[in-house]
Amino acid sequence: MVVFQKPKSLTDTVMHYCPGCTHGIVHRLVAEAIDELGIEGRTIGIAPVGCAVMAYDYFTVDMVQAAHGRAPAVATGVKRANPENIVFTYQGDGDLAAIGMAETVHSAARGENITIVFINNAIYGMTGGQMAPTSLPGQVTQTSPYGRDIQQVGYPIRVSEMLATLDGPQYIERVAVNNVKNVRNAKKAILKAFKNQVDGKGFSLVEVLSSCPTNWGKTPQQALELIEENMIPYYPLGVYKDRDLTEGVAKE
Amino acid sequence: MSDKVLMKGNEALAEAAIMAGCRHYLGYPITPQTEVAAYMSKRLPKIGGTFLQAESEIAAINMVIGVSAAGKRVMTSSSSPGIALKSEGLSYLAGCDLPALVVNVQRGGPGLGGIQPSQSDYFQATRSAGHGDFRMIVLAPSSVQEMADLTIKGFELADKYRMTAMILSDGILGQMMEPVQLNFGDIKQHDKPWAVTGTGCQREKNVISSLYLKPEQLEDKNRERYLRYAAIEENETMVEEYQMDDADVCVVAYGAAARISKNAIDLAREKGIKAGLIRPITLWPFPKQILRSAAERVSAFVVTELSMGQMIEDVELAIRCMRPVLLCNRTGGMVMTPEEVLEKIEKAYSIGGTV
Repeated sequence: MVVFQKPKSLTDTVMHYCPGCTHGIVHRLVAEAIDELGIEGRTIGIAPVGCAVMAYDYFTVDMVQAAHGRAPAVATGVKRANPENIVFTYQGDGDLAAIGMAETVHSAARGENITIVFINNAIYGMTGGQMAPTSLPGQVTQTSPYGRDIQQVGYPIRVSEMLATLDGPQYIERVAVNNVKNVRNAKKAILKAFKNQVDGKGFSLVEVLSSCPTNWGKTPQQALELIEENMIPYYPLGVYKDRDLTEGVAKE
Repeated sequence: MSDKVLMKGNEALAEAAIMAGCRHYLGYPITPQTEVAAYMSKRLPKIGGTFLQAESEIAAINMVIGVSAAGKRVMTSSSSPGIALKSEGLSYLAGCDLPALVVNVQRGGPGLGGIQPSQSDYFQATRSAGHGDFRMIVLAPSSVQEMADLTIKGFELADKYRMTAMILSDGILGQMMEPVQLNFGDIKQHDKPWAVTGTGCQREKNVISSLYLKPEQLEDKNRERYLRYAAIEENETMVEEYQMDDADVCVVAYGAAARISKNAIDLAREKGIKAGLIRPITLWPFPKQILRSAAERVSAFVVTELSMGQMIEDVELAIRCMRPVLLCNRTGGMVMTPEEVLEKIEKAYSIGGTV
């Protein structure tokens, strides 16, 4: 009996991600959610610009590769064209919270019935480790070589908290993938974010605290520890908005 | 509808889009294209379509990309500074080989410029719509009827060649009212097996992307796209000729400037100067051959345009500078009179003379 196998919605293509990068875990969780909901044949993924730009090689579903930050706008178009499709975006922190912040906020405010998987690893990965809108105070990056100076460049943005102030979203949760318990929880959140769309409930976003060993200059193990020590205290995990709970429309 | 109705240019364009099967309009408010969005916001929800006012021009064009990727006819409209913001999306539409209809109801620039009619986005439309090697089909209406007709044509060409068709209009054509007949017969629709509609677990996945990290592949893709462009230049070039049979002076003008030029040509003929008009209807593909052969027959050219002189470069290039080319232009929302054009025709005739 097979007890563990590759999700159907992942291709056999070898991923290009660096050793120890958590993108692979999150890709898997997305694919598991698609499999479990039986929506592989009607799902459309929108790839970002950033490390996950080639996500279209890794999922078996129809995919569009969007311009930097514009994935929620492209997703809006795809969803409005064919509302029976399940449409998700997969975006990093530079893509979603810097250049694409307007598209993020307004798709949330409109309550677009789409699913966003937001990878927050506090750095630009693909371009070689520049400061991101979510880089922590004091964090050393290629473009903050003396550490992020909040007097000069201001504070990181807590995306989940900010979006939760809007009336539009159905569901906003922040999770992490630094240990087994958190990965299991991340799985639940991503599944829920897709199920919400299947049920027609509206905008769902899961922020996933992730590591970037290469650009953080750490080993994979150290990087996971830094999520626990540095990231989670600044970006607390939890459900920031869930209309199922606040509006008492939970079906289960 | 076979009877003529009185409509504004912008509204005739919007209704024609609906008749072409466009059910998705994404846009952002800007003068002087306002009526297009207003019309769509009223009509589309009643016929099961989507009107969405986006948070920005950038978002609007990327929503267009999404709808187009999903295989539906889609359009957006804006005016000059708004089209500049759409540059990113126009380049991605080209890189992804996606069809779309984009309308530019031009106003004066640069910068915020003004809100009066202009033709100063000729370079932008035919040269620099965005980064990278690509073209858009650029259609230039000259009447309210053509605002409608070329909208239908634009959707058909966009789908046929999988690229953006732009309607390059201006504040005059957008705002003025004329009788128009909205009867287009059979409108061509195209199968879109490349669209992202879900695999249904029945076919290989479709991927829509403009990313080619291998330089050989990117070059191949660009060359393939330019073969398609060559076919368009061969097959889709459109002009109107007026009084060209015996002309000594050829006026070249498009859009609103062509209407004024026609009046000037009539005035010139009353004074015994044989003038004629070549009006490019497609600005890209540009009617190079037609102008080149006209250069064999006429002695001088006048280019009339509402800009500091943009299309004139294409005319000079097309005729290989065989004949003198004079510019008659106003800019910033100012419009030339037929008498001003006449003055240039007379000057051109005094230089070139009878052929």
